Amino acid sequence: MFAACADPKAIEGLTWALCYLTSGKHIDFYWSFVTVLTLLALTAPLALAMGFAGATAARSRVLPVRVMGKSYAALVRGVPDIVFFLFFVIALDQGIEYLRSLAVCGGGEWPWQGLEFRVCPEAKVPLGRAEAAWHQAYGFGLAVFTFALVFGAFATNVLYGAMTAVPQAQLETAEAYGMSRAQVFRRILVPQMWVYALPGLGNLWMILIKATPLLFLLGVKDIVYFARELGGSKTQAYEYPHPDWRLWYFLGLLVFYLVFTSLSERVLARVSARLNRGQATAAGEALRKAAT
Amino acid sequence: MKKLLLATALIAVSGAAFAQDVVRLGTEGAYPPFNFINDAGEVAGFERDVGDELCKRAALTCEWVTNEWDSIIPNLQSGNYDVIIAGMSITDEREEVIDFSQNYFPPAASAYVALAADADLKGVIAAQVSTIQAGYVAEAGATLLEFATPDETVAAVRNGEAAAVFADKDFLAPIVAESGGELMFVGEDVQLGGGVGLGLRSSDTELRAKFDAAIQSMKDDGSLNALIELHFGPETAKF
Repeated sequence: MFAACADPKAIEGLTWALCYLTSGKHIDFYWSFVTVLTLLALTAPLALAMGFAGATAARSRVLPVRVMGKSYAALVRGVPDIVFFLFFVIALDQGIEYLRSLAVCGGGEWPWQGLEFRVCPEAKVPLGRAEAAWHQAYGFGLAVFTFALVFGAFATNVLYGAMTAVPQAQLETAEAYGMSRAQVFRRILVPQMWVYALPGLGNLWMILIKATPLLFLLGVKDIVYFARELGGSKTQAYEYPHPDWRLWYFLGLLVFYLVFTSLSERVLARVSARLNRGQATAAGEALRKAAT
Repeated sequence: MKKLLLATALIAVSGAAFAQDVVRLGTEGAYPPFNFINDAGEVAGFERDVGDELCKRAALTCEWVTNEWDSIIPNLQSGNYDVIIAGMSITDEREEVIDFSQNYFPPAASAYVALAADADLKGVIAAQVSTIQAGYVAEAGATLLEFATPDETVAAVRNGEAAAVFADKDFLAPIVAESGGELMFVGEDVQLGGGVGLGLRSSDTELRAKFDAAIQSMKDDGSLNALIELHFGPETAKF
């Protein structure tokens, strides 16, 4: 990066440290924080949407829809995360490529031949000749979808519980005013359920933050991968040889995670206070008393 | 019967049409000096040089991909890359699931490294998961302690978690040399595996033939030996 860093083995002290911390690999490390934050920013709303859809389905009066919503939550929550991230992603990838092969390959060849999965090169996602960036983006997309699917199942349960927690009397009153079922859902149930859902959703958010190291199982290089890779002892084969420094890198991550989760807690506390305003709950009552 | 013939014909045709424009090389990137991610964040090491040269000789466009060691074979079979070039020894067990090119690194010794000369080699031995060394430790009657990356196996010895680490001697040699006397080789070397080869899907016979020819040409003109000496030093076994 800097001209002084051209020959890392000849420099020492502060210059060495500065060159070391700005090496190409460290820059990749710093970018991986952005990767993780982007993953969180995309996954959280997507998981919430899936949870909302799942919870709505689980409350449906149509039996097949109800079964679908409930079995989604039950199945996905029952499978260990690590199994999900190891096998589901490969299956999803192969499923996508199989569907594409039906469209572009012509022949109806069955791709699962023994241990191998073979589709014609045109059906590969992304194509073999695509830029490395596309491969990374595709892997990242699979990761977002898988995370959203897993956390959506937990969110389904949380939101389902929150929906049933809204006092029945409120819903009955709305019906008595002549609102249709959809109107009751939209105007009364959904606005009021968030206050009951928030503690559960807050928990999920915290778990999601800590689950991001699973990204590496999906081929996305995250901060934990880089901390392990950069911290490991380096021989003279590397430009910057050093002993085992994993402790320092992981301490850095510890600080990052703690700062991030404590910031999240503060935001969640604010949202909670906002949602409780005017609610017929103990927290809402406390707010009312504090205001008068 | 007709359907069967049709299917066979289709497979044959699609096989012929399987001309790859880009060959993706999968490596671990954590096994110096075979392969590692250098400080610029790129794949480097012996296998980087060999792979690039092989692709040049076989007139292939190649691209490097890193993948965790543990899932490196399933991802090859799933088609996420076309070649494994990751210091993988040729063994019968692996031959059952994938095919190997001829070796580009001769059958090498594996060795134990410990903190003290009297380390108990029947005690807890660290090895990387799914390696021939891990298999050997398990069969030798010692207690096997497996780690996901090679670096962690050495760290386990340094912090006393394991009595010794068992790995490729060529991987351990620079670590021992630079440890300032802290680490040392213990016990006898063990010959394992049939050398290091490229791993390919069993169905990719055409690609394997191209790489076999390229490796042979590098062996014939001595350029492979030169690369081995460059990365592993003059004492390493050569062709």
